[in-house]
Amino acid sequence: MTFPDGGQQTAPGVPGTAGTSPNGRATGRPAPPSAARPSPAPAVADQPGDVWDQRVARVLAFLRRRLSGQYEVDEFGFDRELTDAVFHPVLRLLYRDWFRTEVFGAEHLPASGPGLVVGNHSGTIAVDALMLSVAVHDEHPAHRYLRLLGADFVFRMPFISELARKSGGTVACNPDAERLLRAGELVGVFPEGFKGVGKRYTERYRLQRFGRGGFVSAALRTGTPIVPVAIVGAEEIYPLIGDIKPLARLLGLPYFPVTPTFPWLGPLGAIPLPSKWLIEFCEPIDTRPYLDSADDPLVVFNLADQVRETIQQTLHRLLERRPDPFGP
Amino acid sequence: MTLPTPGHPGRPPSAAPVVVVTGVSRYLAAHVAARLAADPAVGRVIGMDAADPPAEYAPLLEQVELIGADLRTAGPAIAELGAEVVAHLAVLTAPDSRSGGRAAMKEQNVIGTMQLLAACQQAPRLRKLVVRSSTAAYGASFRDPAVFTEETEPRQVPRGGFARDILDIEGYVRGFRRRRPDVSATVLRLAPLIGSQADTTLTRYFAMPVVPTVLGRDPRLQFVHVDDALEVLHRSIVEDHPGTFNVAGAGVLTLSQAIRRAGRIPLPVVEPGLSAVASLAKSIGRRGFGLDQVDLFVHGRVVDTSALTREYGFTPRSTAAAFDDFLRGHRLGAPASPDRLAAAESAVLAAIRQVRATVGKDREPAAQSTAGSPARDTGWQATEGAP
Repeated sequence: MTFPDGGQQTAPGVPGTAGTSPNGRATGRPAPPSAARPSPAPAVADQPGDVWDQRVARVLAFLRRRLSGQYEVDEFGFDRELTDAVFHPVLRLLYRDWFRTEVFGAEHLPASGPGLVVGNHSGTIAVDALMLSVAVHDEHPAHRYLRLLGADFVFRMPFISELARKSGGTVACNPDAERLLRAGELVGVFPEGFKGVGKRYTERYRLQRFGRGGFVSAALRTGTPIVPVAIVGAEEIYPLIGDIKPLARLLGLPYFPVTPTFPWLGPLGAIPLPSKWLIEFCEPIDTRPYLDSADDPLVVFNLADQVRETIQQTLHRLLERRPDPFGP
Repeated sequence: MTLPTPGHPGRPPSAAPVVVVTGVSRYLAAHVAARLAADPAVGRVIGMDAADPPAEYAPLLEQVELIGADLRTAGPAIAELGAEVVAHLAVLTAPDSRSGGRAAMKEQNVIGTMQLLAACQQAPRLRKLVVRSSTAAYGASFRDPAVFTEETEPRQVPRGGFARDILDIEGYVRGFRRRRPDVSATVLRLAPLIGSQADTTLTRYFAMPVVPTVLGRDPRLQFVHVDDALEVLHRSIVEDHPGTFNVAGAGVLTLSQAIRRAGRIPLPVVEPGLSAVASLAKSIGRRGFGLDQVDLFVHGRVVDTSALTREYGFTPRSTAAAFDDFLRGHRLGAPASPDRLAAAESAVLAAIRQVRATVGKDREPAAQSTAGSPARDTGWQATEGAP
């Protein structure tokens, strides 16, 4: 199912229901219930009233489906309805209004069939992965979903693990990556992993090592094109200036971040700085010529290096276009 | 249905083979034995169990010859009977306090299987071995892939007793395959069974009005309908399908979704608390809730069933369909059933309409005097609707 007005659909709908009930109690009073937001009640036979009727009905139908479990979840746990109605609208607020994201090269994403989107990772918390999934969904003409691969650490944490699965993520391992690619999905991966997200602000936009190149062999085994993507803006949201290692060990985290605002300002430190984001999808790399070299370390390494170089150069180019990290 | 000829010229298969089914005092084995007895392609069906089958299975087991033998003493019986097929279904999924608890469960699952396979190794006429295993064989770890294929190795030894037993049982079958390569061995890894009549750990769980779950976890579950499991077991016995196969309904239900479909109320408990509850349940000998369930409710378990479909040409009904059938069979006064939710939804919508009609009637004169009001409404709608 689709919500034509995506983001705005659920959020205003709920206040809509709430706005009607005070009205019900104030039947005798002709005064408008609130000046700030017009109530749906005055326009009985009018067009806006019907719109609100539909919205309320749609929200109720959504709630009924959710509460009675009448929705589909795929074998990885991806809940498309929840992603469309809740996750994406929330993320879109950050994506559009907070980070003012601009996207280039969306035409390089495969129109259909599998694709492996490989990006640079940064920003202390993996907000870049979430923004990338919104970018893919919103900029792709077919509104495809990006299936993210996350570290097993993500799936160890309660709540976070379920949010990750419901929004289409799964554990970064070759069986899952290949299964998703064979099913024709767009898969998003960040080969730098924690080395990328947890690097200091002084090392910003410098790509870290690309692990063992497991993502390349997954693409080679399935003949999937690799789409390198450069993300500029995530480095500035939580500039990492320190790491309290003993605390990280105590809490079982890969690092304990210290940013200019965290942990000094407590929960306020969790608000990302409003940097300007640029995302560029680069030309896809065809892997079909290397189909049978998935186990050849040299081919895998060279391809991984090619992807890394492409992303690094695109990052430099994008940075030149964005002289002020917090510009408009 | 005729039996395919196995490649042993020395021992031609008889037209109507002798089949031994273990564990016939329990639901699955009793039904498998009954179906085999009704199949003209099967000669004698011998049900083996140390315990006497309960009276409710008596009509089922009319055509089945019963032997009251323990698996540990079954050795001579299997050779003497000239068994050609042994279906080992005497695998307990949960400790039963009435018959000795976990110790007895392990004794039967592990030692029993070991003894039975030792006996099978000595049985000269044996051609086929079918073993009931479980998807618990994949263990539970945070690094697990989302979907297990038959080739996936468990990443760490599971905590639950049943899962450990399953790993041991499959280990013995591997050893048996090496020592008797002439015997076709089928291992069926069954997902949790569910069905309209079946009484299993999970059906008892979903029948509780308030069901405990693990806080912050919403595992992906898969079920197999009991009737489909019976069909696959039957085909494994009368046809030849050597290998290891996952048996589950395609598709996935998350635990929260299943609870909602069943109209139950979830009670999230922190994981260490649930483990404590599990060990408490174990100590007071309450059946059906152990570390196996805690692991399942933290990690979930989804398997790939394409190998089964390919080899058997049979697709079990989907997990969602199997669950629906279970719900139909176990209609209990659900506190939050879909019908009630639908009724609540239409009640709210009707109330809104009614309220608006009343308010509208009161307002009509006021609305006519303030002409700006509708314009303001539409204006707001327009900005609101813009993406």
